[in-house]
Amino acid sequence: MSPRQRQKWAIFGLTGPAYAWLAVTIFLPLSAMLYCSVLDVSPLVPRPASFTLANYAAFFQKSFYLPLTWWSILLGFWTTLFCFLVGYPAAYALAKRVKGRWREALFLLIVLPFWSNALVRIFSWTMVLRQGGFLDMALHSVFPDAPAFNLLFTYPAVVIGLVHSYLPYMILTCYVSLQAIDDSLMEAARSLGAENTTVFRRVVFPLSLPGVISGAVLIFVPVIGSFMEPRILGGAKGATLGMNIEEQFTVTANWPLGAALSFTMLAIVLVIFAVLYPILKRRGVWA
Amino acid sequence: MKRKLDIGGGIAKTYLALVLLFLYVPILVMALLAFNRSPLYQMPFEFDLVWFKALAENDRLLNAGWNSVVIALVNTVVATVLGTAAALAFSRYQFRGRQVMQLLLLPPITIPWLVIGTAMLVFFYWTFPLMGLRPRGLHAILLGHVALSLPYVIIVVGARLADFPKAVEEAAATLGATPWQTFWRVSAPIIAPGVVAAALFAFATSFDQFVISYFLAPPGVTTLPVEIYTSIRKGFTPEINAISTIIIAVSMGVMLITARFYKFGGER
Repeated sequence: MSPRQRQKWAIFGLTGPAYAWLAVTIFLPLSAMLYCSVLDVSPLVPRPASFTLANYAAFFQKSFYLPLTWWSILLGFWTTLFCFLVGYPAAYALAKRVKGRWREALFLLIVLPFWSNALVRIFSWTMVLRQGGFLDMALHSVFPDAPAFNLLFTYPAVVIGLVHSYLPYMILTCYVSLQAIDDSLMEAARSLGAENTTVFRRVVFPLSLPGVISGAVLIFVPVIGSFMEPRILGGAKGATLGMNIEEQFTVTANWPLGAALSFTMLAIVLVIFAVLYPILKRRGVWA
Repeated sequence: MKRKLDIGGGIAKTYLALVLLFLYVPILVMALLAFNRSPLYQMPFEFDLVWFKALAENDRLLNAGWNSVVIALVNTVVATVLGTAAALAFSRYQFRGRQVMQLLLLPPITIPWLVIGTAMLVFFYWTFPLMGLRPRGLHAILLGHVALSLPYVIIVVGARLADFPKAVEEAAATLGATPWQTFWRVSAPIIAPGVVAAALFAFATSFDQFVISYFLAPPGVTTLPVEIYTSIRKGFTPEINAISTIIIAVSMGVMLITARFYKFGGER
């Protein structure tokens, strides 16, 4: 065997198994789902199926899908916004104001929950938000006469839980890009007479934008598809597109509709990013 | 100037402490209530292990826990071996399609699990019976978990390989080592921390995975997160707090060990 041929076989042998696995579990299933989304009969029903676009049309025809989608997009927006408002200062503090062992310890503490069970962390908020829960008791220990306080099964509860789940993403991505900014750049700006706020607005923030954007993408996309969090913390009030898709597969067993809704959701996310992309590109992000 | 910076440092630490409070208070409250005797979470707090004792007799949960551990272990081995092999190929060879293959790692990370999980359900429903397999079950869950872990393993090991000092290998070869010897005695020890970190990531990914398992678990066969979800939907009991506390302790322990091998967020 020539060295060239041997190299070919080495590449094939090393990457083949991993990519075969991904093909069987990710790419073929996504194709199967696309096929399923244009069938007029659920695969669970033993009846011959024919092709139709009715499942996609349903999204626009049934009056509740558009508000539901808007609701989900808003949920993604609020979660991303609060993650940014809370997470960016934390990332900044960590990258520029804390040094050495403190930084190492604080950083580890922030990313630790991020790799622990998401479901359990959402569950833990029910202990805090429900009537007679931690917040309620804390409130009544200060104001004994305050009315009963219950946030569980409300919209804010869902947002709080989601922010708690995704905050470490934002801190992580912002930290990485803030960390990469050379301190001498900030000193140069200062020595040229820029105020601290100007340095931040004109130098630091623009340079850290890629971190903000990747954090926002990593948060926005999964939040749009979330169903477990709104179900546990929002109850009946937290209906999202994700919850509706889940029901098509587990409750009503209308797989083609669920599949079509899944792809519609992906398409909406893509459209949002396609709209944002030129704006961000003009501002020099995603170079 | 120095004094001013120190004040800034104080504010920064205070703010970070507040963020940590937000991240940890719910988890601590939940864990504390697992040790409280009252079945209705009533105060005053009375320390009792009654809910952990109840766990020890709950066969459903124990079964689900056993399934979770076995799947996580098998997932760790399979994903680490396949992922490390692919990462090696990417770092060693320049070839056509390399970039496309690396881009293909993004969909499993970025597409919501809800979509991936339901897509797997549809595909397995059509294809598995042809091979005499059930569409849902532990085998399907394992297939799904490995798919989610693989991209992370390839990226983590790949990051380690990117800083690999190639000259060391060349030196070994010049000094007469066979390729096999070079790999095991020189290369393997250098990339080992990356591989260990990737393996721990893979374990955590599988042990904590809920969405994929939820769609691929048939009635009666579950993993721990699916079982917990089902119990939460029935109503809150301190027993859920107890099992959740154990899960959080295990995953955080695994990640603390990982932190020894892998620097999160690059240079510190």
